[in-house]
Amino acid sequence: MRPTDSIAAVTSVIVVHDLKKSYGEVRAVDGVSFEVDQGEFFGILGPNGAGKTTTLEIMEGLREADAGEVRIDGESPWPRNPRLLRRIGVQLQASSFFERLTAREQIRTFGSLYGVPAPRADELLEMVGLADKADTQTEKLSGGQMQRLSIACALVHDPHVVFLDEPTTGLDPQARRNLWDLLRGIKDQGRTVVLTTHYLDEAETLCDRVAIMDHGRILEAAPPATLVRGLDAPTRISVESGAIDLEEARRMFPGNGVEVTDDGVSLTFATRTPAPVLAALAERNALRGLAVRGATLEDVFLHLTGREFRE
Amino acid sequence: MTGGLASLSRAMTLGFVRDKGALFFTILFPLMFLLIFGVVFKDSGGDRSEVLQIGPVAVFDQMPVDAREGLSEVLEVTRTDDRAGALEQVRKGDVDAAIEQQGGTVTLHYSAADPVTAGTVRGVLESVVQHANLAATGVPPSLTLQAEQVEDESIKPIQYMTPGLIGWAVAVGAAFGAAMTLVTWRQKKILRRLRLAPVSTATVVTARVTVSVGIALLQLAVFIGIASLPYFGLRLTGSWWMAIPLVVAATLAFLSLGLLAGAWAKTPEAASAVTNLIVLPMAFLSGSFFPLDDAPQWLRTVSEIFPLKHLNDSMLDVMVRGEGPASALPTLGLLLGFALVVGFIATRLFRWDDV
Repeated sequence: MRPTDSIAAVTSVIVVHDLKKSYGEVRAVDGVSFEVDQGEFFGILGPNGAGKTTTLEIMEGLREADAGEVRIDGESPWPRNPRLLRRIGVQLQASSFFERLTAREQIRTFGSLYGVPAPRADELLEMVGLADKADTQTEKLSGGQMQRLSIACALVHDPHVVFLDEPTTGLDPQARRNLWDLLRGIKDQGRTVVLTTHYLDEAETLCDRVAIMDHGRILEAAPPATLVRGLDAPTRISVESGAIDLEEARRMFPGNGVEVTDDGVSLTFATRTPAPVLAALAERNALRGLAVRGATLEDVFLHLTGREFRE
Repeated sequence: MTGGLASLSRAMTLGFVRDKGALFFTILFPLMFLLIFGVVFKDSGGDRSEVLQIGPVAVFDQMPVDAREGLSEVLEVTRTDDRAGALEQVRKGDVDAAIEQQGGTVTLHYSAADPVTAGTVRGVLESVVQHANLAATGVPPSLTLQAEQVEDESIKPIQYMTPGLIGWAVAVGAAFGAAMTLVTWRQKKILRRLRLAPVSTATVVTARVTVSVGIALLQLAVFIGIASLPYFGLRLTGSWWMAIPLVVAATLAFLSLGLLAGAWAKTPEAASAVTNLIVLPMAFLSGSFFPLDDAPQWLRTVSEIFPLKHLNDSMLDVMVRGEGPASALPTLGLLLGFALVVGFIATRLFRWDDV
């Protein structure tokens, strides 16, 4: 059955079906399928070289797939489809701006390519918080400001599907958090967003649904919380080292699936039933430096691929 | 979409105007050559010989005014009374000859180091002496020689230099403009960004052509303007305006060369190097800096393959040699044909992306 015939295609803005792309011997994308609903924030998470960017580029119509199908609003992005280009906004991995133009000139130029009047383009500059940098040449903007401008340029023609390729790569933590707020705002405007990232925390905090990708395949796709819960990994409860003697701590929970370790900094209890442990610690007034950490997407990734997640 | 064309042209123009390096190399640098050559060769048109006149020399002093003026076009005569000093200057080569007259004998002192100049001075002086002899007899001359220079009667090096340097400047501007835009836009993913916008490739190319033609016409205007200053004294002949279509067609030809280099090169450095490698030898072999009249025949044959050579020749014809507008038509056709062929090859090699 063709994906466009399926019931899902009626509500899905994006349908990707069994996508394949090889570069020589390397299978960059190896049978990827997923769907994205109207208004959904969809993340593709994976290490460098996982095939995220290639998948995105095929969806944007920059590359031709060897096999498989992409439908956005029921239309194929390949060959270059100018009607579709008006409905999608793309923020590129590199900040691609015209040389020596100011922020305002950049966004007006991009806007004019879509027939967007200058005042509307200026509004977007305001929206991403760059109004005070409007007369600064883009070469002199900081990394975070460039990314903001890049996102503004991607949104200038009011697209309803937005593709973001690793928007926070190379930014400092402060700039990343600012950008996250901006990205949440895009979703709140009712747009459908597809984001690639190799940051687990970013996927976890922004995405409604995350597809974990490695070696050209999607290993699992679900809301981040579902992925983490499905892992059934132990919760780790830590208090200051020495709050309770290690031997005593071990005696507290004999044989009921609590693993206790002390690395000289923290005393850590790993358990699937955290409530009794917390109660027991509270009873002994041993909660100094308490930290409770559930499983993260990192654990999910480790579990799915059998290897550490590295950039 | 016309909005796209206008805004892309504007973006490219601003990018060019704000790039000090590009401005320097396309406008100021060629202009510097014009200024330097213009000053150095300003007075070399007559290439006069310097002659010292020791004491009174009757054949000179008693010459009619118009004859003296004619003489001064070939000889620069300076009067001195220091005989020994004058001879010393001849010996050192500071002046070409020294002349003195005692009674009916005119003596010419010259150095054999430069036989051509010495011969010239001697020939001139002999004719002056013959003239004086003839005049003394009172017999009207049976034969007269009337010499007239062809072409512009006041031809100066600036006349030859200006068209060639304009050709070179246009070649540099268009070829580098195209090559660097293509490579940097590809490297900075601007090409990719444009591909994601609903603008056609034709719009992007047309924008580049518009900007390059604009820059070339600006170069033409600046060069003609400066060379026409009284100090340099460029004088244009009737159909000089044919230089405008010539420059436009040549811009297309050089753009296609630049696009070819830009399509091939991966980095701006490589694009710059390969464009230099094409433009500089082309400029030398096309007579932009010095005429090729003395070059061996095979070299002149080789130079025929360069669009710049044909541009320079035709610009010279219409701007200073006084040829009619029709003389430039074959070159116009040739330049446009070159642009088409090379442009086509460039589109075959064109890549949107590095990978």
